[in-house]
Amino acid sequence: MMSAPATHFNEDARRVAPDTRHRGIIQTAMGKYEVVRDQRKLWFQDWQGARNLAARTKFESVNHLDKHLAEFTRTIEARGTKVHWASNAEQARNIILGILSDKQAKVIVKSKAMTSEEIHLNDAMEHAGYEVVESDLGEYIVQLRKEPPYHLVFPAMHLTRGEIKDLFQEKLNDAPSDDPEALTMVARRALRKKYLQADVGITGANFAIAETGMISITENEGNARLTAAVPKTMITLVGIEKILPRLEDLALFLPMLAVMGTGQALTCYNTMYGGPRQLGEADGPEEYHVVLLDNHRTTLLADAEQRDALGCIRCGACLNVCPIFRNVGGHTYGTVYGGPIGSVITPHLRGLQQWKHLSYASSLCGACTETCPVKIDLHHHLLQNRRNASALPTGKPSFFQKLAFKFFAPIANKPALWSLTTKLSRIGMKLRGLVNGSVVDPVQAWTKTRDLPPIAKQSFREWWKEHGK
Amino acid sequence: MTVSLFIPCFVDLMYPHVGISMVRIFERLGHKVVVPKTPACCGQPAFNTGYWDESRAIGVPMLEALKDSDAVVIASGSCGAMMSVFYPQLFAGTPHEAAAKSVAAKCHEFSSFLVNKLGVTDLGAKFPHKVTFHDGCHGLRELNNKRPPRELLANVKGLELVEMGAAETCCGFGGTFSAKFPAISTAMGDVKCASALETKADYIISCDSSCLMQIQGLADKQKKEIKTIHLAEVLAQ
Ligand code: SF4
Repeated sequence: MMSAPATHFNEDARRVAPDTRHRGIIQTAMGKYEVVRDQRKLWFQDWQGARNLAARTKFESVNHLDKHLAEFTRTIEARGTKVHWASNAEQARNIILGILSDKQAKVIVKSKAMTSEEIHLNDAMEHAGYEVVESDLGEYIVQLRKEPPYHLVFPAMHLTRGEIKDLFQEKLNDAPSDDPEALTMVARRALRKKYLQADVGITGANFAIAETGMISITENEGNARLTAAVPKTMITLVGIEKILPRLEDLALFLPMLAVMGTGQALTCYNTMYGGPRQLGEADGPEEYHVVLLDNHRTTLLADAEQRDALGCIRCGACLNVCPIFRNVGGHTYGTVYGGPIGSVITPHLRGLQQWKHLSYASSLCGACTETCPVKIDLHHHLLQNRRNASALPTGKPSFFQKLAFKFFAPIANKPALWSLTTKLSRIGMKLRGLVNGSVVDPVQAWTKTRDLPPIAKQSFREWWKEHGK
Repeated sequence: MTVSLFIPCFVDLMYPHVGISMVRIFERLGHKVVVPKTPACCGQPAFNTGYWDESRAIGVPMLEALKDSDAVVIASGSCGAMMSVFYPQLFAGTPHEAAAKSVAAKCHEFSSFLVNKLGVTDLGAKFPHKVTFHDGCHGLRELNNKRPPRELLANVKGLELVEMGAAETCCGFGGTFSAKFPAISTAMGDVKCASALETKADYIISCDSSCLMQIQGLADKQKKEIKTIHLAEVLAQ
């Protein structure tokens, strides 16, 4: 019995994994990323030391989340920001819709926010009759395609320039060439108008600084700045785990996020938002709302084994190195947070029963854990999720698994039975040879695409019996 | 020294020469080899699938069989990681915790045992071929075993090592993963094969027969000119 998300995953994986065109696009993009990432990593005096410090800092702030959140609320409200607490997606949507209706807004402009994907904010706002425009170029592209973002950091990385040109031609009737700069200008022309029309700007956040009460946003296009500064009202939707205790922590985290996210030394624009326009200031929103989102993050917080996963800075580095992600692509996961971190946290955020399959869809190679800048023990958490899944009422081993684990091991552990098995396997191999790779082959899952080596004429143990004498 | 050699089930049945080569190498170095009679499985398949109780049931006889050994050499990076890294976790809080820790500390993957424990890097082997090396993920990331196999290969006469771009990329085997998600596993194997072919090496060498089974199996099915061989077989030449 497979959950609907599992069925979706399997179907998409079967379709996308053999698609060499898709594979080529992703491999090329990731190949370039790896080169610059590794160059920039060398700019750190001691990269492993930096990872250790980042992991400690994040773990400390997650462990004292209550204290830091209270401090953050106090400091940011002192400058006139209104802080809202949303314990789930529905509450968060309602808070935001409430602000929009208060402000009698019509047009909403947004900068990149995975939290808004998580709570399906765009759908809710559009359903309520607002016009919503994504201002990050990648997000804008996938919005035009009515698609979710493909990747945490690169929402449209699965598309070629040609595809983007065709999209702009079709939707905007404006696509002079497939030159990236020209395409960017097309989007910019369309978006500039929207900034001026927008009544409310909605952003996500990379970090929330408790000490000074500031939201830190890092970006490359300047679109978040316009989203924040031009409309009269600004809303930031931020997960509670994004807290950092001190302002000086950014000295580590901003370059780290840039290096691991995009291979840059620093992203082009790093901005701190500390509240609405203050007396005597020339620009900025008249009103600023920060919505702090729990949405099951506290469930993960309660899990002492996997709590470190709340330290994630959403750099996307684990997706970039993950051979599963690189072969099945971002949409196959069917959830906002794809790749290794998504496979770890989605069962906590959305239910283990529905999402346990993601933890099995891994060869446990550990490339994610090796790369993660905040040292989240990602692939071991997948193992723990599997263990937790097997303890669910539905997690009982299937007939074949029972056969495998209950019978195979004792057999392998008794010399006489093992020697009998060795002989039987040889007969089995001959019989299976008749149907090799076909649908009636009992190990077709393997042999459809791979040959299986023969059982040796003399097994090691048979040889050892003679040799060991 | 007496070396207890653990030959995992699939190596026993399909790759006996890997085990035979290891016996010959240790005997040539003057060590006594014993092969414990009972365990042929370390319990990793059950562990990785989430069935930790079942895995413990398999692991207990293993701990029993190995508890008095001087040193245990495991003919697979993956089973090596299971026993030296995961046993202590698996048995934490059970009556077998102490035994698991003590056995774990005695377990070594083959190449790291030679280099780090015995201090041997030159076995006088000859293998006049251009080769490339595949890092098995468990050996590489759980056991931190990047260097030992390469030090051993550096002293093989006539051997030329050309690293492939995707040396550290998973081959897609991943145990039951390969049968549960065959399309993904196959795509991963394709990436590996393509990278290996780019080096124009005659052989792909690895410390893990399971990875080589995946790579060779794919290459044979697609009629690609790839030959795989276990490090122990190279060193025994
Ligand atoms: S888990 Fe680590 S590598 Fe992955 S996105 Fe989060 S911080 Fe980056």
